Amino acid sequence: MEPADPESPIIRVENLRHSYGDFRAVDNISFSVKKGEIFSFLGPNGAGKSTVINILITLLARQEGTAIVAGYDVTTHPQQVRESIGIVFQDITLDRDMTVREILEFHGRLYNMPDEMRKARIDELLGLVQLEAKKNELTKRLSGGMKRRLEIARGLMTRPTILFLDEPTIGLDPQTRMRMWEYIKNVNSEGTTIFLTTHYMDEADQLSDRISIIDHGRIVITGTSGELKNTLGRDLIYLETSNNGEAVRLLKGVGEVRDITQKPAGFVLTVHEDGTKVLPLIIDTLRKSGIEISTINLKKPTMDDVFVFYTGKELRDEGAAPARALHLRPRGR
Amino acid sequence: MTKALHLPGRCTCDPGGVKMAYGFFTIYWRDMIRFVRFKTLLVSSLLQPALWMAFFGIAMSSNFDRLTAGMPVPAGAHVVGYLTFMGAGIIAMTTLFTSLFGGIVILFDKNWGLMREILASPMDRNHIIFGIGLSGVTKSFIQAIIIMVFGILIGAAFFAGFTPLRTIVGICGILTFVGMFALGFLFLSAAIAISMESPEGLQGVITLLTMPIFFASNALYPIDNFPEILGIISVYNPMTLLITGIRYFVIGPDFVAMGHHYTYTQGDILWSFAGLVTFSVIMFTFAYWRFQKAVVT
Repeated sequence: MEPADPESPIIRVENLRHSYGDFRAVDNISFSVKKGEIFSFLGPNGAGKSTVINILITLLARQEGTAIVAGYDVTTHPQQVRESIGIVFQDITLDRDMTVREILEFHGRLYNMPDEMRKARIDELLGLVQLEAKKNELTKRLSGGMKRRLEIARGLMTRPTILFLDEPTIGLDPQTRMRMWEYIKNVNSEGTTIFLTTHYMDEADQLSDRISIIDHGRIVITGTSGELKNTLGRDLIYLETSNNGEAVRLLKGVGEVRDITQKPAGFVLTVHEDGTKVLPLIIDTLRKSGIEISTINLKKPTMDDVFVFYTGKELRDEGAAPARALHLRPRGR
Repeated sequence: MTKALHLPGRCTCDPGGVKMAYGFFTIYWRDMIRFVRFKTLLVSSLLQPALWMAFFGIAMSSNFDRLTAGMPVPAGAHVVGYLTFMGAGIIAMTTLFTSLFGGIVILFDKNWGLMREILASPMDRNHIIFGIGLSGVTKSFIQAIIIMVFGILIGAAFFAGFTPLRTIVGICGILTFVGMFALGFLFLSAAIAISMESPEGLQGVITLLTMPIFFASNALYPIDNFPEILGIISVYNPMTLLITGIRYFVIGPDFVAMGHHYTYTQGDILWSFAGLVTFSVIMFTFAYWRFQKAVVT
């Protein structure tokens, strides 16, 4: 009953729909995850990310569509799916009154791991997430980052083919988040496929091989971080030249240039296409007319720009506190 | 980042296999860890039944024994004091409370997200019900033994005049009855807990249940003079069935208490036990249904 073709996607979702009463939380979603990649769902809270993840990890019954995880249909073979996956849930799900070691032991027992293997795995994983010194500590005495690390260790106890991470760094401070990303990349480099949901742009950007932007229960676009940014076709090129006025006049005639904005010492071009491809053309055009370029700077759109472009808004208010706080900060103090 | 994982090599776990039949032991193991770790909960749950015996038991028996002292007693009858009589009721009452609250851990696990880990694992959901049942039964056994020992210390005539063998049979009989009764109410409690959202709601439902179950039973007084409807309820009340069993094993088949003559045949006892088994089976079915339907995300 193993997946027939090793090259076939490890997660395959087709035309997935899910409603809560009248509310359509997931509206005809299709995507696939390749073996060994880190795949992200990026979207605001309430976009339907958790619903999809809950269907994939068999906690929510599939209503419509197909969902194949690790070669097994989530509806007909939930047991096999459960055996193939590890999960780190959105909120901390650790018993406050159990020790670090007991948490892992309980999980191993739940999955019926043989004693020897369970003990070996616990020691190995405590090393991986650097919690050896804390193994007899009650989880309520751990810091937020330690708790998250312990949960990742727990998710890896059974050596899953796929690790699901639902908002893995929510509520963690920047340093801890960065360290978590390192752990996640490390786990991935050992061969575990990672499916993660996040509403942090930087997290999706830095961590994932591919990203699906999801909003209102639909996938808006899927691609690598670079691909997504390039699709905007709005790279920004900043120039300072020996004759700005003449340069602007010349460049207005270049088809790839969409818009030109004057700046105190230079000007900014907004280009239709991938800026790296337009740059040589611009340099050529100016050189031929004898205009010297003193400064040139290409700015790629950030994931924020991509997100705003495709969802038509900045992150929605509800729940997205950290990102929101950033936007509300008064500029220029 | 230090150590490398020794991949690949899938877990050679055996879910659904023979060993998975012991999955409930994992749930049991964890619940017992919590039981001994919460010191206040542990001490109070052990102290509470003893306090009932010490205060309510002694207070009531000093009154009732004086009131019933003048009542005519059949010649040769085995008369027992009120403390001995209600001791059986206290064992039952403690078991009832402990069992009805035994499922509350499921509600907490659900609300704190811990249940998701369990439900997303390959373990069969029935094992949650059985695991909680087993730990609840263990707690009730400990409490029942404490009440018996403490009761004897403060003067209850438990196992009075019994041979050592009959005492052992008596203890085993009591624990069998207590265990079956506890299972029934633990299953009920688990079923309610998995269906409810808030601990307050659960507490309300349980309080509502304990009242009629406890007072429409023969825990503290004879039920023979109850008005008709209350009498019918009390006869089929699992609590009454349990207490009948306990009294049979701790006092004997023939005794007089509170001016009332009690005689139990072995048939009565078997009938009571069969009633408790039926009750537990129904409650398990109920819990099974609720757990299959439960969606925890």
